Amino acid sequence: MDSHAAVEHGPELLHHFSDAEQQRNAASLGMWLFLVTEIMFFGGMFCAYLVYRYWYFGDFGAASQTLDIRLGAFNTAVLIGSSLTVAMSIWAAQTGRRKVLVGLLLATILLGLVFLGVKAVEYHDKFEHHHVPGASFHFEGEVPGHPGLPVNPYHAQMFFSLYFAMTGLHALHMIIGIGLFSYLTYKAWTGYYTPKYYTPIENAGLYWHFVDIVWIYLFPLLYLIDRHR
Amino acid sequence: MATAVVTAERENYLNKEYGVRSWLLTVDHKRIALLYLVSVTFFFLIGGLFALLIRLELLTPAGDLVQADTYNKLFTMHGMVMVFFFLIPVVPAVLGNFLVPLMIGAKDLAFPRINLLSWYLYIIAGVLMLHCMLTGGVDTGWTFYTPFSTAFSNTKVVEAGIAVFINGFSSIFTGLNFIVTIHRMRAPGMTWSRLPLFIWAQYATSVIMILGTPVVAVTIVLVAVERLFHLGIFDPKLGGDPLLFQHLFWFYSHPAVYIMILPSMGVISELITCFSRKRIFGYSFVALSSIGIAVLGFLVWAHHMFVAGISLYAALIFSALSYLVGVPSAIKVFNWTATLYRGSITYSTPMLYAFGFLGLFTIGGLTGLFLACLGVDVHVTDTYFVVAHFHYVMVGGVLMGYLGGIHFWWPKITGRMYPEFWGRLSALIVFVGFNLTFFPQFILGYLGMPRRYYQYVPEYQVLNVLSTAGATVLGVGYLMPMVYLLWSMRYGKPASDNPWNAAGLEWMTSSPPPTFNFDETPVVDFEAYDYEHIPEKHEEEVAVG
Amino acid sequence: MAGNVDALYIFLTVVSALMCVLVFTLVVVFAARFRRRKGVRAEQIEGSLPLEITWSVLPLGVFFVFFAWGAWIYFSERTPPQGASEVYVVGKQWMWKLEHAEGQREINQLHVPVGRDIKLIMTSQDVIHSFYVPAFRIKQDVLPGRYTTTWFRATKPGTYHLFCAEYCGTQHSGMIGSVVVMEPAEYQAWLGGGGATTGSLASNGQALFTQLGCATCHRTDTQGRGPNLVGTFGKPVLLEDGRTVMEDENYVRESILVPTAKVVSGFKPVMPAFQGMVSEEQLNALVAYIKSLSPPSAGAANTASVAPSGEKPHGPEVH
Repeated sequence: MDSHAAVEHGPELLHHFSDAEQQRNAASLGMWLFLVTEIMFFGGMFCAYLVYRYWYFGDFGAASQTLDIRLGAFNTAVLIGSSLTVAMSIWAAQTGRRKVLVGLLLATILLGLVFLGVKAVEYHDKFEHHHVPGASFHFEGEVPGHPGLPVNPYHAQMFFSLYFAMTGLHALHMIIGIGLFSYLTYKAWTGYYTPKYYTPIENAGLYWHFVDIVWIYLFPLLYLIDRHR
Repeated sequence: MATAVVTAERENYLNKEYGVRSWLLTVDHKRIALLYLVSVTFFFLIGGLFALLIRLELLTPAGDLVQADTYNKLFTMHGMVMVFFFLIPVVPAVLGNFLVPLMIGAKDLAFPRINLLSWYLYIIAGVLMLHCMLTGGVDTGWTFYTPFSTAFSNTKVVEAGIAVFINGFSSIFTGLNFIVTIHRMRAPGMTWSRLPLFIWAQYATSVIMILGTPVVAVTIVLVAVERLFHLGIFDPKLGGDPLLFQHLFWFYSHPAVYIMILPSMGVISELITCFSRKRIFGYSFVALSSIGIAVLGFLVWAHHMFVAGISLYAALIFSALSYLVGVPSAIKVFNWTATLYRGSITYSTPMLYAFGFLGLFTIGGLTGLFLACLGVDVHVTDTYFVVAHFHYVMVGGVLMGYLGGIHFWWPKITGRMYPEFWGRLSALIVFVGFNLTFFPQFILGYLGMPRRYYQYVPEYQVLNVLSTAGATVLGVGYLMPMVYLLWSMRYGKPASDNPWNAAGLEWMTSSPPPTFNFDETPVVDFEAYDYEHIPEKHEEEVAVG
Repeated sequence: MAGNVDALYIFLTVVSALMCVLVFTLVVVFAARFRRRKGVRAEQIEGSLPLEITWSVLPLGVFFVFFAWGAWIYFSERTPPQGASEVYVVGKQWMWKLEHAEGQREINQLHVPVGRDIKLIMTSQDVIHSFYVPAFRIKQDVLPGRYTTTWFRATKPGTYHLFCAEYCGTQHSGMIGSVVVMEPAEYQAWLGGGGATTGSLASNGQALFTQLGCATCHRTDTQGRGPNLVGTFGKPVLLEDGRTVMEDENYVRESILVPTAKVVSGFKPVMPAFQGMVSEEQLNALVAYIKSLSPPSAGAANTASVAPSGEKPHGPEVH
């Protein structure tokens, strides 16, 4: 958010700050606080997940096993890779390597798009298998570790409700992040960022890492439960 | 508004630029505060109109003025408008916006543009809410309880939900802005222990805003999504749990009560010190009790659910925790009272409002003890006892603080004095009208009248008539300041820079302040409420009436 | 209980009033005594740690008394005495449907004899309602998809208001009725004359039990494909996945609607789900029947074992 304010106004000191140091500190604190609100935002959903996973333990395990662990793992790797490119882009901005910076930002965007592409394939798969909650939802299977114990479709639907709600919200954050990075790439191309002023890149980086970390929690919760049974 | 103040000779934030554009695109925190002032007043009038209709309907036991559906929409929208569009933003967004930078010696908030964005989000949400109201409204109660809201109500739940969601972000950004500003933008010498208590209160409020608001936002989104796509997260027919909704909803909406009351408490600390000419009694206790309320406020949400079907042990724990949160509030009341001791007290309008606050908040807080008490809560929850209790706190408390603050800082905001006589009269009328309206509701509640009842059994009529009569008095009391404050913007006596001879940085700049607040950044070498070192000689000139 | 709640309420009111008087008196006295006078300056006082501690700890102590007393009442309100007569309540938009264990059905009216413990086992067909009888000082939300319970014992004949206290839609305020408390003889007469009965709730449940084919698997010997239900209610059940749950009304309810949720150890998940196939009333009858297979032990039937020792059982009473 604050990156916007700073970006649009230019690298020069904004009128109401007494020095660049103060401005940078303010922007960075603002970003951290924003991420705190984001944690609370996802927190509500994680809380709902926790409750229902406890209630519908086996059904969630069964529903989870229909997810494609390879796609999930691939996407995890893609996101971790994009976090690396983001971290490196901050280094590039610090050291004033404009072209490297632009390249790394583009790589980040590309990796983000790959993630979303894979996610779209997964969503499509859910449609094909009638795993999208609603009137056409259909689920059959057995609870892992309990042969013969059928899954309650309502409970499996709850899993997919939460799956779509959580990954959907995450994907929305990815899309916002990609938009943010596209803008930064353009500004970086024009040579706007210098070793003296690169706060927006730093803050966008914080945001991107946050979105990654959310996925790092989502992946095991959604894909990896009850795999041992 | 811009045209009303033209006589001040010095260049200030009001006369620097004119025209609609200069207001709608401003990033000056003081102008944004005035934008909020106008918009929250607008929503207050709408919410008040609903309240009036509700009270009129309840004059008689039969449902004769409006249809049952209409009545349900009236109390729902009264609640939504008043809670989300008036009480939550009113003190932070109007007084907080105006005063936070001034009080800490900053030129502006840390993120002026995000501040303007907050206002626009508020307006977008408000327009959506208005559209929702004009095209049919919503009837779920402001609490959106599931499964009624997700599967049974056939009104515009989703639209109202989106409005609340967007408005939530306005509140989050305001809170974020305040916290960063208070951390990073304080003038040299303005240490944490020298901060005015209004700032401490705003800080505590902001913490709740950024931690609580996202949870209610995502909860409302889940309600909307469930309604649209039949997800089944809260619908028991689909394996969901309606109590989970209540937990998530109150996790924010209980702390939200403190979002409303804490800033007003901050205002009261400013008023009592100034009009007693004294340092606050127990500065650090008053300051830290704000933080204590913010923290403990997050641990008591399930006391709204004692009869909802939660486990016995959960109820015991939440009851005990609810009593804990009473302690910091008690500390504040005692410290304010002690501040009066050996003071040099004048009864100007803001001080009268502060006295009113002390009275109403004490009653509101003490009746909270009844509701935290499990055995009694079972009987009085969801009755008019609860209605009376939260109006005492949220309306009695918040509005008394807000009106006191508006009168106190009016000379700073507009450069004009308000008419003292009318101010005192309105304070008196509000106090009397308020008690007449809401005190009978405590009795009604104990006699068993459930809330949200469109028609009721005849034995409750007398108290309802009393309450409605009080509401008309209260309405007059609230309308009066609007009239004479508007009048004073043109005809009021020009205010000096420090008409109250008050302590605090905001009084060390001109009235109204220049765009960047101070001609040069102030250096703070005095404690908060340093009335000992404020010369007495001006006191004859002080507008004390 | 009403008397008890009122006593606590009066105690709270008196303490609060004293607090109000204290604060208001101090404010008024200070405001008058220390009003501005020429030449008299305010005396600057930093604060006082002993005072701060006093007015933090003292209220906390008083609060604790409130808490303990309130918790004690709540505890007895939430634990119905054994041997209470059971009435099944179904809330729907916008009426109360009540069914006595003896089989009488009522709408928006509940007839009970004076002096008897009445346990209400409640559920909702649609949204959340709340069963509220102000005179008895009891209130309990009624949720769809599960049972909640509360209880009372009326001590004085009369007619008392019954309200829905949780907003439930258009006619929320019309979802009201009455509780009619009668002398035992009168009540017996009413039971005899009350037309709508077709046998006791448990016997209706038994008929359903056979009709729905439950009895073919849930046999009274150990040969059935389902567990023998005789004598199991109110006792812990070992589940297939190793957990143990208490067999209460909610467990029986869930096991009928979604049998695979908690399968009894040693049995296969072969029972069909009855979700959407039985009405709330039929479900109540089945639950009542299964409970009737486990009659409370003779000793527990007449004494309310949950009440604190040395006291008479505390129930919501009419005063």
